[in-house]
Amino acid sequence: MEKFNTFTGVVAPLDRANVDTDAIIPKQFLKSIKRSGFGQNLFDEWRYLDHGEPGMDVSQRKLNPDFVLNQPRYQGAQILLARDNFGCGSSREHAPWSLQDYGFKVVIAPSFADIFFNNCFKIGLLPIVLKSQIVDALFTEVKAASGYRLTVDLDAQTVTTPDDQQFHFDTDKFRKHCLLNGLDDIGMTLQHAEKIKQFEQKRRAEQPWLFT
Amino acid sequence: METLYDKLWHQHVVHADANEPESMALIYIDRHLVHEVTSPQAFESLKMAGRKPWRVRSILAVADHNVPTTDRKNGISDPISRLQVDTLDQNCEELGITEFKMDDLRQGIVHVIGPEQGATLPGMTVVCGDSHTSTHGAFGCLAFGIGTSEVEHVLATQCLLMKKAKSMQVLVEGELGYGVTAKDIALAIIGQIGTAGGTGYAIEFAGSAIRSLSMEGRMTLCNMAIEAGARAGMVAVDDTTIEYIKGRPFAPQGERWEKAVENWRTLKSDPDAAFDRVVKFDAPHIKPHVTWGTSPEMVTTIDGAVPDPLKITDEVSRHDIEHALAYMGLSPNTPMEQIFIDKVFIGSCTNSRIEDLRAAADVVKGKRLASTIKLAIVVPGSGLVKSQAEREGIDKIFTEAGFEWREPGCSMCLAMNDDRLGPGERCASTSNRNFEGRQGPGGRTHLVSPIMAAAAAVAGHFVDVRTLG
Ligand code: SF4
Repeated sequence: MEKFNTFTGVVAPLDRANVDTDAIIPKQFLKSIKRSGFGQNLFDEWRYLDHGEPGMDVSQRKLNPDFVLNQPRYQGAQILLARDNFGCGSSREHAPWSLQDYGFKVVIAPSFADIFFNNCFKIGLLPIVLKSQIVDALFTEVKAASGYRLTVDLDAQTVTTPDDQQFHFDTDKFRKHCLLNGLDDIGMTLQHAEKIKQFEQKRRAEQPWLFT
Repeated sequence: METLYDKLWHQHVVHADANEPESMALIYIDRHLVHEVTSPQAFESLKMAGRKPWRVRSILAVADHNVPTTDRKNGISDPISRLQVDTLDQNCEELGITEFKMDDLRQGIVHVIGPEQGATLPGMTVVCGDSHTSTHGAFGCLAFGIGTSEVEHVLATQCLLMKKAKSMQVLVEGELGYGVTAKDIALAIIGQIGTAGGTGYAIEFAGSAIRSLSMEGRMTLCNMAIEAGARAGMVAVDDTTIEYIKGRPFAPQGERWEKAVENWRTLKSDPDAAFDRVVKFDAPHIKPHVTWGTSPEMVTTIDGAVPDPLKITDEVSRHDIEHALAYMGLSPNTPMEQIFIDKVFIGSCTNSRIEDLRAAADVVKGKRLASTIKLAIVVPGSGLVKSQAEREGIDKIFTEAGFEWREPGCSMCLAMNDDRLGPGERCASTSNRNFEGRQGPGGRTHLVSPIMAAAAAVAGHFVDVRTLG
């Protein structure tokens, strides 16, 4: 996993609540056995005017000019500003993969669905929860100013606006440590291999029926 | 004094930082269910890192999302779907993982076969790269969906790094009325607390109405816990649980069975355990439900109507409702009973078990599909459910009414195989998600119980199943 560094990026506003994982990456693209290449089909049903299928050449497809990511001012966006309950629905990690593959490093919303939130950390995409009023204000600012950028500092746990307003966000210490250092958590867990074995042996002795 | 969730959690903590009680703990995983869609990347990374599965026998694999539900003699025609299923077969073969292949009678939807085989047992932690893993919580276990990186983590370490959730008790007391099912309880709950109402919580369903549900009903309810935002739903162990498990292939036997049952009887919340949130429902007041929008919380009762956005003051929700109604092709204030449908889908991990099929068949018996119905399919949850139904003559009841009787799999729940809605087609579906495009691009889904779907199939539009007598 890549280390998460402080950065300043263009913000794209996706003004809808309950954006589900089927909308983030429709199921026909889940047939892939690869981990990459999902960015071109991010929000496929909203982004293109035709229906997308795997294997289609996206450069030949008609873009929906009304969809936010297709507007020139949001090109190169690295921060997605979203509404409540972002990422609800399925457990597909393809959703964070496609956001990351598209170029997003951060998603800001008043709330996220649990599994999605968790999946993001595993791949180094940072979900940031800010209060509804702050998110509301950011939506207004982004829409008002073309090229609007925010600075995200994970170490300091802050989001900073162009006019230097600073918002603090909470994050789990362990997750932060992993993101900042680009750590693979399987390797870290395996440092406890002995403990896992002991736990397992005890469990097997006490409840052998769990091990069939 | 502990809740059921507390007990399950504490019994699985391998390691926790004593100085950081709020931080992540290492949790042991007893059962790992695997399907073809969310596992290939996990297997690939596992191999690339030179790792092996920690405990192969904890894993049970099955292909369900991509499999065809029509004739399987010629395999899967879509090459991309086929590759994904083949990849699962290869990975399982190579690593010695138990897999029910497509032509195995035991094949079916992963959340149907786990319990059916007795591979889901009380007191376990059960995970699967699928959000509806919450289903298994019906057995008094801690079951939740995970992403692909976590699938790999469990494969490699038999553990997961997790934060303990808050606890919510959903109490449903009293007797359910005639024609009202576990699905309606689930939709009523989601309608009230919303699709994010359970976010950050593990839900325990309790109360006399829950205790009188069959295991099938409890599974339907726990299945939809994720639709209320909760990663895990659960029900305490009682005689119903134990009766269901007895004699299943993976279940303990003889002396071990006795010891297991003794242990399982402790799997309930202590009488005065405190929950972070309690929500109460009166079972006698719950009516059959139908969704009208593009999220399971956009739901009303069968005697209700499509909402009128003009009456909604909150701007964000008004906007969401307008958007949903445009997608669903519905006008404000239309009575639910006047919504006509094109297709009917009875199936999915929510409602494809034998009891669901029996109940739906009862409604259909001796009747015919309405002439306006283009397609009605019944997709049993597993090969074993299918053969049981056939022994009972249920398949005949459906086919004589004009339904198609299919092979088991996820099918039109998410339309990854050939079963799908065309643009604008409207479906009465017993599945769990009515998101845009879920059942096919442009398709319009109304979530209902199996008997409500059956009644709609016969009438051609939604109808109150209680009035059919
Ligand atoms: S039946 Fe539907 S919800 Fe259940 S596992 Fe399959 S696709 Fe997912």
